[in-house]
Formats: sequence, C-alpha cells, structure tokens
Amino acid sequence: MSELVLVLAIPLITSATLALVGHRRYAASINIAGSLLTLLAAALLTVHVISDGPLNVLDEQFFVDPLNVFLIALTALVGFTTSVFSRPYMRIEHDHGKLSSGRLRLYHSMFQMFMCTMLVALSTNNIGILWVAMEAATLATVLLVALYRTPESLEAAWKYFILCGVGIAQALFGTILIYFAAEQVFVHEEGAMLWTHLYAYRTELEPTILSLAFVFMIVGYGTKTGLVPLHNWLPDAHAEGPTPVSAVLSGLLLNVALYAIIRCKVLVDGALNTHFAGNLMMGFGLLTVVVPSFYLSRQKDVKRLFGFSSIEHMGLITFAFGMGGGVASFAGLLHMTVHSLTKSAIFFAVGHAAQMAGTQVIDEIKGLIRRSPTIGWGLMLGTLAILGMPPFGVFTSEFMILTTAIKHYPWATPILLIALGVAFASMFGKVQNMAFGEPTVKPLAHNPALLPVFVHLGLVLILGLWIPPYLSEWFRQAARMVG
Amino acid sequence: MNFYALIAQLIELVAALLLAPLLVGWVNQCRAWLQNRTAPPLLQTYFTLHKLFHKEVLLAHNASPLFRAAPYAIFACMALASAIVPTLSTNLVLAPAADAIAFVGLFALARVFIALAGMDVGTSFGSLGSRREMLIGFLAEPALLMVFFTTSLISHSTSLSSIVQTLTRTDLIIYPSLAFAGTAFTMVSLAENARVPVDNPTTHLELTMIHEAMILEYSGRHLALIEWAASLKLFAYSCLGIALFVPFGIPATAQPADLMLAAFYMLIKLAIGGFVLALIETLSAKMRIFRAPEFLGTAFLLAVLAMLVHLLLETGR
Amino acid sequence: MTPAIILSDALGGQLINLCAAIMLLLGFAMLAQRRILSLINLFMLQGAVLFTSTVIVAYTTHQSHLYWSAGLTLTLKVIALPYILHRLIRKLSVKWDVETILNIPTTMLVGIALVVVAFNVAQPISQLSGTIMRATIGIALACVLLSFLMMITRSKAVPQVIAFLAMENGLFFAATSATYGMPMVVELGIALDVMVGMVIFGVFFFQIRQQFDSLDIRHMERIKEE
Repeated sequence: MSELVLVLAIPLITSATLALVGHRRYAASINIAGSLLTLLAAALLTVHVISDGPLNVLDEQFFVDPLNVFLIALTALVGFTTSVFSRPYMRIEHDHGKLSSGRLRLYHSMFQMFMCTMLVALSTNNIGILWVAMEAATLATVLLVALYRTPESLEAAWKYFILCGVGIAQALFGTILIYFAAEQVFVHEEGAMLWTHLYAYRTELEPTILSLAFVFMIVGYGTKTGLVPLHNWLPDAHAEGPTPVSAVLSGLLLNVALYAIIRCKVLVDGALNTHFAGNLMMGFGLLTVVVPSFYLSRQKDVKRLFGFSSIEHMGLITFAFGMGGGVASFAGLLHMTVHSLTKSAIFFAVGHAAQMAGTQVIDEIKGLIRRSPTIGWGLMLGTLAILGMPPFGVFTSEFMILTTAIKHYPWATPILLIALGVAFASMFGKVQNMAFGEPTVKPLAHNPALLPVFVHLGLVLILGLWIPPYLSEWFRQAARMVG
Repeated sequence: MNFYALIAQLIELVAALLLAPLLVGWVNQCRAWLQNRTAPPLLQTYFTLHKLFHKEVLLAHNASPLFRAAPYAIFACMALASAIVPTLSTNLVLAPAADAIAFVGLFALARVFIALAGMDVGTSFGSLGSRREMLIGFLAEPALLMVFFTTSLISHSTSLSSIVQTLTRTDLIIYPSLAFAGTAFTMVSLAENARVPVDNPTTHLELTMIHEAMILEYSGRHLALIEWAASLKLFAYSCLGIALFVPFGIPATAQPADLMLAAFYMLIKLAIGGFVLALIETLSAKMRIFRAPEFLGTAFLLAVLAMLVHLLLETGR
Repeated sequence: MTPAIILSDALGGQLINLCAAIMLLLGFAMLAQRRILSLINLFMLQGAVLFTSTVIVAYTTHQSHLYWSAGLTLTLKVIALPYILHRLIRKLSVKWDVETILNIPTTMLVGIALVVVAFNVAQPISQLSGTIMRATIGIALACVLLSFLMMITRSKAVPQVIAFLAMENGLFFAATSATYGMPMVVELGIALDVMVGMVIFGVFFFQIRQQFDSLDIRHMERIKEE
C-alpha cells in the first residue's frame, strides 16, 4: 500500500516543488530525481504485487492488478528516461531563446503533474476518478503542447483541447451509463463505481445499457487514443509541442487511454456474452491501421510523421485487443510495451536531430550519421524497430497479432499487411534520407543524453529475442483478465 | 344537440362579432399607455367601421367579381372561425365542425382570398403584399399544425371541443410540451395577425407592410368588412390560445349559470391577453421581412419540440 | 399538523419534467444565439435550471448528498463561471461580438434530428431506470448533443468554450436524472477539472488573440497537411 502512495505522491510533490523553486539550474535535476524516485517506488510496487498478488487499498479506491501494474512500471520507466533526455534538450531550447525561464518552470512542473495524473488514471479503481484523471491529464498536456506559444502550437493545443474535451465528455456519459447499470444491480451495496465490484457483478449488468455505454466509451477515450476518425488532434500536438512531450504523449498517454477502453471492454464482455465490444474495437482498429499508413508518405514534418505512425500502432493494438483470446491480448500488451519504448526512443533521437538541423522539415535534415553517429543510428535503428524488423520486439508482437488474425479473421490479414507494407515503404525512405547523405546539420552545443535511446532500444531488442519468464507470466495473467 | 347548445352557439357568434373590434381597441389603448401616448377611445374601431360602412365604394376599372366577393368570403371565414372556438362552452352546436385541422384550413381559405384580391387589380403593392403574405402563411401553417398535433396527442382527438375538455378536466398536471406549444402558438399568432415583430398594423410604409399592402385598393364597406374580419381573426386566435393553453373555467355544459361564469372568465382572460400582446409589441422591434422565416422557423422548431417532449415525457403516464 | 410544503412524488416529477423541457429549450436558444453576451446569460440560466432540478430531486427523494451537488452547481455554473466569462469578454472587449456565419434554420433542423436520435437512444435506458425522472435522460442526452453541435457550428473561441461548458451541464443533468448523481468525490473531481479548464481557456484566449489578432478560430489554419 505504501508503495502505491509513494508512486502517486512523489510526482505530485515534485510538481509542487518545481513550481515553487522556479527555473534554477538544478530544476532539471530535481525533475530527474523525482522521476527516478517514482520509478523506484513503482519497481517496489511491482515486486510487491508479483509476490503478494493484487492490491486493493485506500478504501478500495485504488487497486493494482497484473494488468495495470505493468503499465505503471512502464509509465514510470519512460517518465524517468524522458526526464533524463529532456535536461539537455530543454537546455538547448532555452539557449536558442525558444523558451523563457518561466516557461521552463511551467514545463517541469506540468511534466510531473502529467505523470501524476497518468499514474492516478492507471491505478484508480473508481471509473469516475479514471475519467477525472484523464481530463486532468488532458489539461496538463494542453499546457505542455502550447509551451512555445507560437501560432502553430496554440492552434495545435486548441484543437487538442476542443477535440479531446468533446471526446472525453462522451466518455463521461459512458461512465454515467455504467454507473447507472450498476445501480440497478447494487441495490444494497456501496461502490457501484468501483471497477473491482463491477467486475465481480459483470454478468448481471444490463446488456443494452452496457453496449450503449461502450459505444460512448470507445468514442470518448478513443479520441484520446487517436482512433480514426477522431485522430485529428494527434499529429498536430506531436509536431508542435516540445519533443519530450511528444515522447510521453505517444509513449504513455495513448496507452493510458487505451487502458481505459480495455477496462471497459472487460465489463461489457462479461455483461453481453457476445463479441460486440471486440468487433467494435476491431473495426476502429483496422480503420486506424489503414488510414494513417496512407498519410505517412505525404508528411513533410518529421514529428508529424512519427505522430501518424503512433496512430497506426494504436490501431494495431486496438485491433489485437478486439480480437481477444490469450495470444492476441498477450500480443497487444507486448505491443503496448515495445511501442512505447521504441516510439519514445525515436522521439528522443528526432528531437536532437531537429535541434541540429534547426527545423523539423524532413527534406532539410540530412547526413545525421556523418555529424553525430549516435543520433543518426539511434533514429535509424528506432525506425527499423518500429517498422517491425525481425530482431526487435515489435516484430514479435506484430507477428503474433498477424498469426492470430490469419487464424481467426483471415479477411483482415491482407489489409493489415498492405497497411504495414505501405508504412514501411513511406517511412523507411524518408528516414534513410535523413540519416545518410551530405550533412546539412550542425553539431549540438551541449552533449545530448542519448543513453535513454539505447536503453529503450536495447530493451526492445531483448524483448524481441527473449521475454523473461516472469514478464511473460505477468502478461499472460493480464491477458487472461482482458479475455 | 339541445336547446342550450344552440343558444350558447348563438351567443358566442354574436359575442365574437361584437367583441372583436373592442379587443382591437383595447390592445391599441394598452399600447398607447405603454408608449406614453394619449390613447384613442376604446370604441375607436367601432367608429371607424361605422364610418367606412357609410362611405361610397370605389372600385378600380379592372377589378373582377372576385375582388368584390373576397371581403364577404373572408368575413364569413373569420366569423365562422371565431364562432367554433369553444370559449364559452364545449357543448356547442357547431362543435363537431370545430376540428383543429379544419380550423387551419379555414384560415388558409381566407388567406387565399385576400391574396388573390390583393393581386386582382394589378398594382405593384398588391402583389408585393400577397407574395409576402403567402410566404408567411407558408411558414406559419406547418407550425400551427404542429401545435395542434401536440394538443391532439395529449387528448387523442383533433376536435377542439374534446381537446379543451381533456385539458380542463385533468387536475394540475404540468405539461412541458404545452409550454413549448404555447410559445410557438404565440409566435405564429403574431405573424398571422400582422403584429409587430413581423408586420406593423399601423404603418403604411411601403417597404415593410404586408397586410396593409394587399388591401390598399379597398374602400367603403369592403374595407370595413376586411377590417372587421382582421379583428375577428385576432379574436379567434386569442380565443384559441385561451382555449388551448389556459382552458380553466370553460364548462362542458351550456347551462345559463355556467355560461355567465364562463363569459366572465373569458373577458378577464381576453383583457389580459390583449395587454400581453400590447406588451410584446411595445417591447419588440419590427424585424426585417427577410428575418421572418427565421422567426417562424423558430416557431416551427418549438412546436416540433413540443411534440417530441410530449412523446418522451408524457406518454408513460 | 404544520402546514409544511408537501411536494408529492407526482408533482415533483412534473416539476422536474418541466425543468428538463426548459433545459432543452435553453439548449436550442444557445444554439441559435449569435451574441456572446446573451450566450453567457443563457448559460447561466441553464445552470440555474440545473440547480433547481437537482434541488427538487434531492427534496422529493431525500437524497441528501444531492444538495451538495446542487450547491456545487450553484457556485460553479451559476456564479463562478459566468462571472469569469463576463470578465473575460470585457477584458477581451468582445462583449458585443456577433457570430456572423451561422445558418440558424439549418442548424435548428439538425438540432431537431439530434433530439430525435437522443430520444431513441435513451429509450432503453429510460425503461430500466427506477428514478422519478427517468424520462429526462433522453433530454439530457439531447442537451449534450446540442452543445456538441454548437461547438461544431461556432467559429469563435468563446462560444466554443461556452458550448463545452454547456455540454458539462447536460452531463450533470444526465447523472442526476439517471442515477441521482454520482459519488461526491467524482463530482468534486469533475468540478475541479472544469474550473481548471476554464482558467486555462481564459489564458488561451489572450494568447490566441495576441498571436492571431482575433478570436476567430477560422484564422487558425497554419498547420496544413503537406
């Protein structure tokens, strides 16, 4: 229990501290220290849950089970590496005069606040609090996306705010509907909003209301996940916000939104006993895989390019969970993990690349490897990994998703393959041009922190070659729960 | 059908014919008070009618028989309309004829006559007025029908008598749908009776007038009949509004005592209604003719909403 | 016996239905309102109706926690937010701004269609609900959808935000009508989010105007594909 309190309290305290101390030289270090402590607490929590089983704490308002504990650990890890990456990155931005000291204070404080809201969203047992935390995460990221205060960033932030505001309102309606359905069953019992209780009584919930609620939920949280056709905010927000924010948006926030959908799906499946929720998710997922893959080739901005790639992968994960069953859910969880690691690594590399070139336009970034081999190869390897090249973990999960699709939904396989092929063709060419060729980029003023890039890619590589037994057991338990 | 019903019917017809100009006078007087003007006498409309009836009729050379027949037809339509609204009692001789849809038809018939008469002589103002009148009618009628549908749905009948009966019989039940329908009805009435937000009954400014433009060519007793018919129309609409939305006090029988009481209630309600009309006219500004579709569209919307709200909120009872 | 005001279930239900109808009417009024100032007043009115209906539900069903919810609505939706909005539009000097490109009849027709959809969607829910105001769920959903439509049709930033807030009103109304409100902690959280969101919006207005010289969202078209 104390570990969970720590996991939630540390980011909050760090956020307040950073807001108070303002921008000092050591603010970035406090940020890293806070993230490190969160990571340690999350590790302790994980150990605790592995040894003692699911937790249910604070008057049942919070709980940790195999499904969310791995996401909490992942969030804490990526949060930590991002904070490490952001120290030199933000320093360079500050030196270039893109950000004032006041903005940096806002950035650091909001970064930790954002981590806090995501961790609350992941660990809460109350579907109402889940909504509140998601909305708070939106508000924190809106401030982060608009950090540069340029017209473009304001436009992106406004779009993000409005679209996600609308979406999340639908999710609130869905939440109300679930609560309503629960009220019918829980006549003499408290806790009709607690997920564990809902899970226990899931077969008794009214099917019509639950299916209606799920439609609202998938539209609502789907907006935040970036499901097509509700994805419009995502590329803009990724392109216009600071790169560390793009990394956590892609790597973490999308996962959290998807997590909310999955939690809801479990309830709906229990109540309906049909594949309704799965079918809906498969439909959205397939659309979300196909549409952005055709947008990829048209992108001129490198961060937009990878934003679209994130949409595509979210579609793939949604599709995997939609198919359901042990293997597909396992693959979905694995893909969530490797995608978040790989995509944040790519954004780290891209951020520095853009700083070296002084632009985010793909055509004007050339010869990265010649100028800085680490950044160049980091970007190249990351791209290969995200495109599903064999030794990396993304290949494993995509392979599992595709084989399951061949087995149960053969009609979907060619569509997925074509989309992945198109994505490969359009992304690989662009990144190749950025990595090789005559350099147009200048070296950086400060040493970039590229350790996170290679740590992430190393983890993805390991996951591709060998999944540790405790991890796979963990995934298996979670997959069983998701169904 | 019995004797009392016949008497009640006759009383109602006579009352309508006599009271209608008085109502117009009353509205004008209220308006004058509200606008800090010296009010014309309450009976001014009677004087005007009297004067017009004694004047010579001047006809344009190219006026057709239709032009001469139209005032009588319009007057007849309006007199019938005012007579069949169940204001004094729901037990009237003509009650079977008082169907909500027939009622709308009666107004439409009068509208056709007045529009044709407006175009008959061939002056530009006449046809301009007719065109505008038809535009407004085209927009107002669906809204009016929707209002009637809502009230009919509540009482499961399109007969005005049974609608009024149902509404008076139920104890205090709040019908949200009736609030919507009432607002819609008020808006339609304003448009149909050429009152201020849509038309100004007192102006002769060429560009804005609708009703006045059509009757510019009339004189003498023809004009008197049309003016009287216009006041009857206002009276009919007022009575209809009272019958549908504040129906308490309308008895189901036609006993003399009941009739007396009903007449008393009706006079009070009409007086209040007239004052409210004057208030609306004072408070709102005349809108441009092109905004009229928006105004009536809103009325239609409200009427549709009334129906939807009724279907959702009130059917489960 | 003391002459206490006895609000029977039937009468309470009717009053709530009346409130629901007024909510819907206000939803349409906001949809058709071009002037920002009137829009804020309508929003305030909607909050007041929401407050009234919550109090009536609380009184008739003896759900004491609903009084808190009502109080929250009163302070936030009727007092605080309209006050902030009034201040904002005064400071931004957009008090008399008028939304010019708004096709009211078409918007209204779409609105009616949305109401029909909402009523149909809510049908199965209403049948299951045991609360005295079950019929109003459809209206609450209609309010949400109407605000949604308003958000799409507006091209200015402030009306968009008001639409967003009105959507929240509809959702609160849905919660009250379907389940007698949500647990207090959730309602407080939502209120906090709305409040913080409003403050951020306020900051944004100034930023946007500074960058675009206007609060018209149509000027925001810098980010383009390709």
